[in-house]
Amino acid sequence: MDLTQLTIDSARSSIQNRKTTALALAEAHYAHIQKEDEQIGAYLTLCKERALELADRIDRMAAEGKPLPPLAGVPVGIKDVMSTSGVRTTAGSKMLDNYIPPYDCTAVARMEAAGALVLGKTNCDEFAMGSSNENSAFRPVRNPRDLTRVPGGSSGGSAAAVAADMAVVALGSDTGGSIRQPASFCGVVGLMPTYGRVSRYGLIAFASSLDHIGPLAKTVKDAAIVLRTIAGRDPMDSTSATLPVPDYPSELEKDVRGLRIGVAKEYFGDGLDDEVRHAVESAIDKLKTLGCEVTPVSLPHTPYAIPTYYLIATAEASSNLARYDGVRYGYRAADVKSLSEMYRRSRDEGFGAEVKRRIMLGTYALSAGYYDAYYLKAQKVRTLLTRDFEEAFRKVDAIVTPTSPTAAFRLGEKSNDPLAMYLADIYTVTADLAGIPGISIPCGVTKNKLPIGLQILGKHFDEATILRLANAYEQAA
Amino acid sequence: MKVTEKDVNYVADLANLELSGDERVAMVRDLNSILDYIDRLNELDTSNIEPMAQVSDRYGVDESKHGSERFAYANREDVPEGLRKSLTQDAALANAPDADGTFFRVPKVIER
Repeated sequence: MDLTQLTIDSARSSIQNRKTTALALAEAHYAHIQKEDEQIGAYLTLCKERALELADRIDRMAAEGKPLPPLAGVPVGIKDVMSTSGVRTTAGSKMLDNYIPPYDCTAVARMEAAGALVLGKTNCDEFAMGSSNENSAFRPVRNPRDLTRVPGGSSGGSAAAVAADMAVVALGSDTGGSIRQPASFCGVVGLMPTYGRVSRYGLIAFASSLDHIGPLAKTVKDAAIVLRTIAGRDPMDSTSATLPVPDYPSELEKDVRGLRIGVAKEYFGDGLDDEVRHAVESAIDKLKTLGCEVTPVSLPHTPYAIPTYYLIATAEASSNLARYDGVRYGYRAADVKSLSEMYRRSRDEGFGAEVKRRIMLGTYALSAGYYDAYYLKAQKVRTLLTRDFEEAFRKVDAIVTPTSPTAAFRLGEKSNDPLAMYLADIYTVTADLAGIPGISIPCGVTKNKLPIGLQILGKHFDEATILRLANAYEQAA
Repeated sequence: MKVTEKDVNYVADLANLELSGDERVAMVRDLNSILDYIDRLNELDTSNIEPMAQVSDRYGVDESKHGSERFAYANREDVPEGLRKSLTQDAALANAPDADGTFFRVPKVIER
């Protein structure tokens, strides 16, 4: 049995049946990380003591013959934007190089309560701002499928860790595509739940009306198990929904015959790579043979999604990142003579170029004289984009698109052109703006063997349907 | 050009960012390039469209209710001790770049 090749269920049952131990699982993953991660760079911080302590607790339960919790002994990676009590949490930024949170993110606490072993914190673009992981202040992540290419971003470390068997599953965060796009580039499953489905408590804020936590996994079923674990009302996040949480893994068993799938021409226009188009069209044909009805739908405001996103996300970021002032935590510049100089230089030296660019754009969009023209305008277009989906979902149960217009690009290919980088999120930002759930699953490879992602978007709080479709496709493919 | 160097200086002041001379030059270039792209939003007539600040006021709430009743889920009892314990003073100061055990320490605020 190769201990780095297990799924959540096979890991848990192997421990329960005493075929292996949680300790052995953790050690096997740490050994693999030791061997592989120098070239990939998926992890920023490992927390072996914490993982082994929990592993020991699981093993004692197994030895006593007690039933194990659903994620017992499952090694996981946590994107370094989620707070972990006593474990360094950097958000990929020099600003938080030495930050040790005094409390746990709710999603992380729920994973551990279900028995998961947190191996460490995964690399990401600074404050989750980026589409290639090149904006990490520490080091870029390399795509395990091709080391000359980016893993996508901003949850590139989480996607790479799962793709390279350095974790069974990982948590990521998605504000404009940051779970789904790296999942697509690395050939794994990435699920962004509905806004409000998973508590954001303890997630280092980027854009609060757009931030989501969700899983990256090797199988759709594992993503479903993680979602069931982390979803549900949390009194610490007033935007977390009170709706009941379905038993997602058993929802996967339901038939997909008769489900109505929408295909929007706006997601198949200029800029879509031919190989990606072909793979996604084949996947749609596959869904047809599984008994789904395919219907054209229209999402006419899609071309306006990127500009809308970059105004709203940067405006919220400029406000959220105002807290980094060098006083209570985080980086402080040396040899400062006044308070004002301390703020200005600490922020200048602590933040990287992309973060400063977004703070500037967001501050500009909110400033007197520009608020109506930019920020308010973007909020109105957000209404139009959301209405597009409401309209479409009257006719269909899910919408299928490419996750990204291309497969993984090369390191350095877009790093000097912010706008070109922003356009990498063209098919993913719409779901964040509308608050609907989306999943990316592998649907083939290019002739260079680079993974291609299929995106399935669903109605608000209807993760069950997109997981069911994703699972049916995965099983058939 | 929409954004001039003067605008960049003004916004950098608002955002409390020092920015070197080179950074300011690059910022003028980058912001103009992004804002040119953003301009396409003006193709849309949004005069009768309500702005949308967030999604949780539209979904996941009881739609039969109105106004503040819809957001009853977001309210909670005022618990004097809070939903979780406050941080101890030591824990609150533990990450401070400079502290004296009781207070965060910063450079002098008022010059005399």
